[in-house]
Amino acid sequence: MGRQVPIVDYLVLDDGPPHLVAGRCRGCGALYFDRRNGCARCFGTDFERVPLATEGTVRSFTIVHRAAPGVPVPYASAIVGLDGGGLVKANVVHTPADPEHVGLGMRVRLTTFPAGHDREGTEAVAFGFEPA
Amino acid sequence: MDATGTVAPSDATAGDEVWVLGAAMTRFGRYPDQDLIDLGAAAANAALADGGVSMADIDVLGAGNLYEAGSGVGQRLQKQIGQTGIPVYNVANACATGATAIRCVYMAIKAGEADMGLAVGFEKMGKMGLLGAKPPSGEAEAFEPSGRYGSVMSVEGRLGTTLMPGVFAQAGMEYAYENGGVGFEQFAKVAEKNHRNSTLNPLAQYRKEFSLDEIMGAPMMAYPNTVLMCCPTGDGGAAVVLVSGERLRSLSDEQQARAVRIGASVMTSDPWTEGDQVQPDVNTLTRQAASRAYEISGVDPSDLDLVELHDCFATAELIHYDNLGLCAPGEAGKFIEEGGPERDGPTPVNVSGGLISKGHPLGATGVANVYEVTTHLRGEAGDRQIPGARVGLTHVIGLGSACCVHVLEKANA
Ligand SMILES: [Zn+2]
Repeated sequence: MGRQVPIVDYLVLDDGPPHLVAGRCRGCGALYFDRRNGCARCFGTDFERVPLATEGTVRSFTIVHRAAPGVPVPYASAIVGLDGGGLVKANVVHTPADPEHVGLGMRVRLTTFPAGHDREGTEAVAFGFEPA
Repeated sequence: MDATGTVAPSDATAGDEVWVLGAAMTRFGRYPDQDLIDLGAAAANAALADGGVSMADIDVLGAGNLYEAGSGVGQRLQKQIGQTGIPVYNVANACATGATAIRCVYMAIKAGEADMGLAVGFEKMGKMGLLGAKPPSGEAEAFEPSGRYGSVMSVEGRLGTTLMPGVFAQAGMEYAYENGGVGFEQFAKVAEKNHRNSTLNPLAQYRKEFSLDEIMGAPMMAYPNTVLMCCPTGDGGAAVVLVSGERLRSLSDEQQARAVRIGASVMTSDPWTEGDQVQPDVNTLTRQAASRAYEISGVDPSDLDLVELHDCFATAELIHYDNLGLCAPGEAGKFIEEGGPERDGPTPVNVSGGLISKGHPLGATGVANVYEVTTHLRGEAGDRQIPGARVGLTHVIGLGSACCVHVLEKANA
């Protein structure tokens, strides 16, 4: 099996089961997935890296039917509230992308799927959520 | 006022107040034979004529445009309507661009630097399709994490969607999750209303009524928004002339009688919220702008005779009923079901047809909604006039985000 890289650096593939990590502000506890100059809430600059839960609840979703060229449709995009804290946007996968199968308040768990290869054969791995 | 309603606008004596003296807009639509400056000049000259003034009276120009920002649109406009050497503020602030241009002029008058100013919002988009939808890049040579999320490829469609129809769909569905009585049908009813309203507005890009079944059965863009629940792209211009109360007092009785008072002009950006880190939170900054506008103007939401709000998508309009306090908290679904925002309801919303049907040339939108409310307060809105309208509110959101709210009041209110 070839080399794998996460599609974004807040997805961890090489430390136990795949999971997300966030930068948590030591001042106020706000969570961020991106590289930060400071905390938008309390202006602090001290962050610690914390693992997030892999299960959560769908707080919102849409079924995308018109997308950029090359993006397969339809697909479900959702905002998931992770147990214990953290909001994240991702696709809902492993279930039909329609409002009968994807719903508000639905319980989901993190899963991964291949997102593509580069010319050196490295595979990018993305994360999504499947019905729990 | 007295029983005849003809009392002089006593508020006009207040020197620190700002008034709308002139207002105009082009019909929104597609103008293949006109360039951006043609659209801006048409709106600007019409607003000046409407106010009974000329460029010689104007002390400051606010020019709002998004797609040609950086090209000196205000100066290019001046070359066609009058180069008088006045300061020009070229502004770009997403879909709040036009309202931001108004605020540049408003602040200049408030600061005492200008007695009268012109704000123009203009945009030429043509038929652009799905905004922000980039074609896929080819296969990477070697994956290299880049940007603040360390991504190795585009995440659009792989980690959810960040394009407008989906973002606003998710904003609406989050409201549905947190509050009962909201679903596909309630969102669709917003579009049904706005399309119906547009049939009365000769300045609307589209003027066609659709049944609820037609709206819900139209091609889906991003559930629950079908194509008939999304605003079109288009071209257009809108302009307003603002004047200080002191200067207004020196003008004719007719100019004073038609002037509309700006009771509040408020702008906000999004404060930190947890949800704002996932996608722009269009609620909190709207709530903050609205509450400040109500506080400054002393107007209560129940006083509003009409509201023009930012219905870029049907899902957006519904949640703004709640954000602007037009309905009881959590009851936006009930509000649309009971006809609250209809023309004959307690608070008519988007009687122009809204962005969904009137159109949304980005930079023009925040000026066009001030034109719309001004026209009703003057009693000059023709077939679509809300009878006896005295107080109105305008709202725009530029995603990312910027929110502007204006409260407008009839001169002798
Ligand atoms: Zn903090």
